[in-house]
Amino acid sequence: MDTSENILQQASPGFARGSDTARAAKAARLSPSFISWLQAGPMMLVFLAFFLIPLVFVVIVSFWDYNEYQLLPAFSGRGYTDTFEGCIAQLPDLCTIGKTYLKTLKLCFLVWAITLFIGFWVAYFLAFHVKSKTWQMGLSLLCTIPFWTSNVIRMIAWIPLLGRNGLVNSGLVKTGLINQPVEWLLYSEFSVVLALVHLFTFFMVVPIFNSMVRIDKSLIEAAYDAGATGFQTLVNVVIPLAKPGIVIGSIFVITIVMGDFITIGVMGGQQIAAAGKIIETRLNALQFPAAAANAVILLAITFLIITMMSRIVDIRKEL
Amino acid sequence: MKEGRPRSFYVLAIFFAAYVLFLYGPMIAIYILSFQGPQGGLTFPMNGISTFWLAKLFEGTGIVDLGAAFRRSLLLGLVVMAVTVVLSVAAGMAFRRRFRAQSILFYSAIASLIVPSIITSLGISLEFRIVDDLIKRYFNENFETSMGLLTSGLGAHLTWTLPFGLLIMFAIFNRFDPRLEEAARDLGATPWQTFRHVVLPIILPSVIGIGLFGFTLSWDELARSSQAIGPVNTLPLDLQGLTTTVTKPDIYALGTVISAVSFAVITLALGTIHMLNKRQAAKGSDAGKGLV
Repeated sequence: MDTSENILQQASPGFARGSDTARAAKAARLSPSFISWLQAGPMMLVFLAFFLIPLVFVVIVSFWDYNEYQLLPAFSGRGYTDTFEGCIAQLPDLCTIGKTYLKTLKLCFLVWAITLFIGFWVAYFLAFHVKSKTWQMGLSLLCTIPFWTSNVIRMIAWIPLLGRNGLVNSGLVKTGLINQPVEWLLYSEFSVVLALVHLFTFFMVVPIFNSMVRIDKSLIEAAYDAGATGFQTLVNVVIPLAKPGIVIGSIFVITIVMGDFITIGVMGGQQIAAAGKIIETRLNALQFPAAAANAVILLAITFLIITMMSRIVDIRKEL
Repeated sequence: MKEGRPRSFYVLAIFFAAYVLFLYGPMIAIYILSFQGPQGGLTFPMNGISTFWLAKLFEGTGIVDLGAAFRRSLLLGLVVMAVTVVLSVAAGMAFRRRFRAQSILFYSAIASLIVPSIITSLGISLEFRIVDDLIKRYFNENFETSMGLLTSGLGAHLTWTLPFGLLIMFAIFNRFDPRLEEAARDLGATPWQTFRHVVLPIILPSVIGIGLFGFTLSWDELARSSQAIGPVNTLPLDLQGLTTTVTKPDIYALGTVISAVSFAVITLALGTIHMLNKRQAAKGSDAGKGLV
């Protein structure tokens, strides 16, 4: 029985009694916990069948053996040893897999830093400078709309701008700043980072905005009244209170970039190696245990980052 | 804060405008470029204006059968939408009460959202591969595969849409006034009647929001489809395939069409939500209107 019912019961015991007995009779037929199971069960089953069991399979298969044609269900560490092949012999130089992960982390860090910077100020503007609720809604919607369309379209949208004969290059050549079109604009690390920022800043804006609108405006006024400068208010009041949003946004962006292989593939001209790309390459070669082993490594690293970040804030409490 | 706009307002307003330009600029470029003339290429300047490339798309003369992919994506999106709505509303109702395993479900949803898509996708494909192997061994040697649009593909998309649906339900019930149900029960409504005539009409606008979210997330979904969809392709998969081979504006035309569908669905849903909210405001309560 929920609290409001108890209060009602105490306030007017005679009034609620009739319906209470009827409910007691009903409760005998279907207990509340049974109803909860009935309601939550289907979703739980979907996660079980399409998320939890598949994850278990990834871990199991990562320890299977394989040949060119098929999976061999026998214990083997080949998926892992193939991945780290030659790593020890090459020390102190980094082997391919080490370099790939380092590059992934680098891309991840760059995208995280840029999306955090843009996301923070966009959210700050919407939360503190836009006073009318209607404008706030409208401008937030404006930021959300591009998220509703296909990622690939938003990636290829950069081609007419950054390509060899694209707007940026032809503009630069025309103004005489450069003689030859610049090659590194497209199909490079630059274009990968640009596209990732373009695609995923949204994931930073929304949670930061959410925690910022919850900040009591009188706290900021109090800070000003106490003589704090704008910068001091920002560092000592706004940022600590917006921290949950910052952390949640960061978790989204970092996990997406860590596992990304599509943006890196399309925008990197299929040339840039990254953690997600390794998995995809192994899959295309039908080396499932090796793909699974890489997935397990990627998962472990991702979880490590998330655990570190969730130490800063209790995610559950913020939702 | 002080009266009048501080200087930071203008700085940030310019920053915001630049961000919006950054968001929309490239997309608008391809929408424009998809109306290139027949001789047009992948970049500006425009080489004439026509609907040549859009028409070419619908003739189906391209490299892949886009019409079929379009229908498949539409079907999958609609099924995902329906399942997401029903399951999210049910689970959202369950979360209003404490029940055992609720934190397991909650953390599954969150984990499903943040585990890299390629891992989920790989896991589902391994799972179905193993099931296929078992069926081949014990039941039917000629069995092809149980992977497909509405089996593994549907499951893969649901692992992406359901967490969003559940989180939106949390937001809805945070604002929901349980006294309304109390009143309905006291007037003798059964639990089902309470849900059907009180709860559902109130939450309906947001439920439509979940549906629209489910559809567009599925319609544009790529990473989770990549390994788990089985032998057929969805539209985004075809589009991704085209990025490496096509050098003509038909890829922009395809992009424009996919965007147009997304925007149409969203406009429709937002319109419906707006209409329902207005209706609710008009019919919802007669408090303060006197007795007659």
